[in-house]
Amino acid sequence: MSERIYVFKLFERFWHWSQAGLIMFLMLTAFDIHGTYTIFGFEKAVAYHTIAAWSLIGLWVFAIFWHFTTGEWKQYIPTTEKVMAMANYYLFGIFRNAPHPFKLTQLRKHNPLQRLAYLAIMVCVGPLIWVTGVLYLFYDNWAAWGLTALQLEWVATGHIIGAFMMLAFLIAHVYLTTAGHTPMAHIKAMITGWEEVD
Amino acid sequence: MPTFMRTTLALCCAGWLAATGPVLADDAKPELKPVKLTTTADHTKFKELQQVFNSGPEVTKACLRCHTEAAGQIHRTKHWKWEYLNPQTGQTLGKKTVVNNFCISVASNEAACNSCHVGYGWKDASFDFKSEENVDCLACHDTTGNYKKPSGLAGNVVTKDMEFPPGSGKILKAIDLSKIAQKVGKSSRDTCGACHFNGGGGDGVKHGDLDSSMSAPEKEVDVHMDATGLDFTCATCHKTSSHDVAGSRYTPTAKDSKGAHLRGKADNGNPATCVACHDNAPHKKEARLNQHAAKIACQTCHIPSFARGGIATKMTWDWSTAGQRDAEGKHITKKDAKGRIIYESRKGDFTLGENVKPEYVWFNGQVTYTLITDKIEKTGQRTPINKIGGSPSDGKSMIWPMKVFRGSQPYDPVNKTLVTPHTAGNDDTGYWKNLDWDKAIAVGMNTSGHPFSGKIDFIKTEMSWPINHMVAPKEKALGCVECHSKDGRLAGIPGIYIPVRDNNKLLDTVGWAIVFLTLLGVFGHATLRIVTARRH
Repeated sequence: MSERIYVFKLFERFWHWSQAGLIMFLMLTAFDIHGTYTIFGFEKAVAYHTIAAWSLIGLWVFAIFWHFTTGEWKQYIPTTEKVMAMANYYLFGIFRNAPHPFKLTQLRKHNPLQRLAYLAIMVCVGPLIWVTGVLYLFYDNWAAWGLTALQLEWVATGHIIGAFMMLAFLIAHVYLTTAGHTPMAHIKAMITGWEEVD
Repeated sequence: MPTFMRTTLALCCAGWLAATGPVLADDAKPELKPVKLTTTADHTKFKELQQVFNSGPEVTKACLRCHTEAAGQIHRTKHWKWEYLNPQTGQTLGKKTVVNNFCISVASNEAACNSCHVGYGWKDASFDFKSEENVDCLACHDTTGNYKKPSGLAGNVVTKDMEFPPGSGKILKAIDLSKIAQKVGKSSRDTCGACHFNGGGGDGVKHGDLDSSMSAPEKEVDVHMDATGLDFTCATCHKTSSHDVAGSRYTPTAKDSKGAHLRGKADNGNPATCVACHDNAPHKKEARLNQHAAKIACQTCHIPSFARGGIATKMTWDWSTAGQRDAEGKHITKKDAKGRIIYESRKGDFTLGENVKPEYVWFNGQVTYTLITDKIEKTGQRTPINKIGGSPSDGKSMIWPMKVFRGSQPYDPVNKTLVTPHTAGNDDTGYWKNLDWDKAIAVGMNTSGHPFSGKIDFIKTEMSWPINHMVAPKEKALGCVECHSKDGRLAGIPGIYIPVRDNNKLLDTVGWAIVFLTLLGVFGHATLRIVTARRH
């Protein structure tokens, strides 16, 4: 017998998908700028990357506001409970059709591994990309901001490290969306807001 | 909406607009044409000029009756003295002294070279530099285009038809100095260009960014001089003060951090720099480019290539192959498919270039010449005719575009010096007549007053010319990718981090390895799930 839980609210779903689109577009333009391939060419890619970055910053401002006003930020508080069970499930259980060790509720919509992964992205990779990205954007203001010792090479290197980490996360994240109740369950939930649980 | 939200929203919108502005907006505002200033004096009405002039100095005397101080002002300039003491290096330079790798040197060739002197009669060292009447006013102030100073006459003009060289059957036509004198006016692209477009012995030969296409250039060739647009003359930037023309290739201003010139400001420095008008932060829409301008000279991006006006500039000159004769013992001339001379018996082999991409170097404005008194060694390296000072870390350097002119020229292997051959001259020792280096160099060195061993060899040299002119319209400035790429225009420039050019290989390898391993893990995991799902 399965029941349905309303886990992702309208704003959250809008946030998720617009963020997903922006991040993928940022990835696309990022490696164009980096010289990995040429789609738009350096000059246009920089311009589009900058527009997308500002759009994402704007989206984040709303998302942060939403998380704090709704208390949803608590969903990301890390926990060690069932971390090993989750890891065990992904490494072994999933192949034996074992039951999912995590029971999803409205107040705990992310499994403990998700919590850790998203938190890591939000407190490590995110800030790395944003801080280096904003510095990159305001390269001409460094002297005025007193950042005379800052080297462009460090900023560029940090930004590129962040990009690779984000890309690796994106791949793993997209794949793990298929590890739900059914392969499409998580994706459906992120579209409709309703997740089917056992 | 809480204040915090409104503020952040406004900030993000502002950032977004700033980022999209340059992409979405395209402003092509029509530029206003400058009002032409005209003179308050009509020289045709001046009695002093309504007479027949039989020589240049006669005209000058008439000029000086009103413009009493003009000759004295000219006497103080490089254009008159052909001598310049470089305060940075202590070297005595000037056309009289320096040796280059084009026609090499002036000494003993004055009659030919000095048709470009702002004076009359400088044929040898006896020229009187104090003479006021020998100042040539018309070279710069002619407006008719008829004023000519033929090579070989030591800067004198022809007022009666004459055969020159004598016995050649070639007739030099007389010019009407009276008409020319009555039409004098401000200097123009044509007057400056009569010499500066033809440096090195022909149209466009020397500079690469100055040739006769600049007489009435299209906007594409020079956005400032655009004959149907801004229509600048040379003097619009090279603003003259007391007849001294600003902007020098001996002591160029490589980095001008003093901002746009204001009237009344005490120290205005060189008025011929880009910054003198455009200020230090000229990019209004893309502020990021102003940061580029802290290290990159304006010219680097805004002069994408030189010799763009359809006239080729000389890129190499090999004097060592000069002197060949045909079966009948006559001089040879070879031309390329476009009819341009690429070999002459009297000069050797040339290569030419149009739309040439400059070479780029750090340049701090200090130019050190290899003078005839300097010892040189024949090594694998080219001997610099002028050494371009600069480094990424001296705080005074910018990345500059250069025309680097390479050649091979005679030198004295015993005394280890460059030499000053006697080239031009209708005499037995002139190289261009008799193709005999021994005589030509012996006479030339005797005239310039330097020792010559009698031994002759050829040495490879190079000379750098900072590129300043032929500024393209802004749409034609270099795109980002010209430098932000592997093997871009600034491929060899040390001391700066250029995104893309300087991508860290290790970082890229590790980054892609992590991405690849993630993909591998994902595919492995997925495969296992599919396989095990079938079993259940």
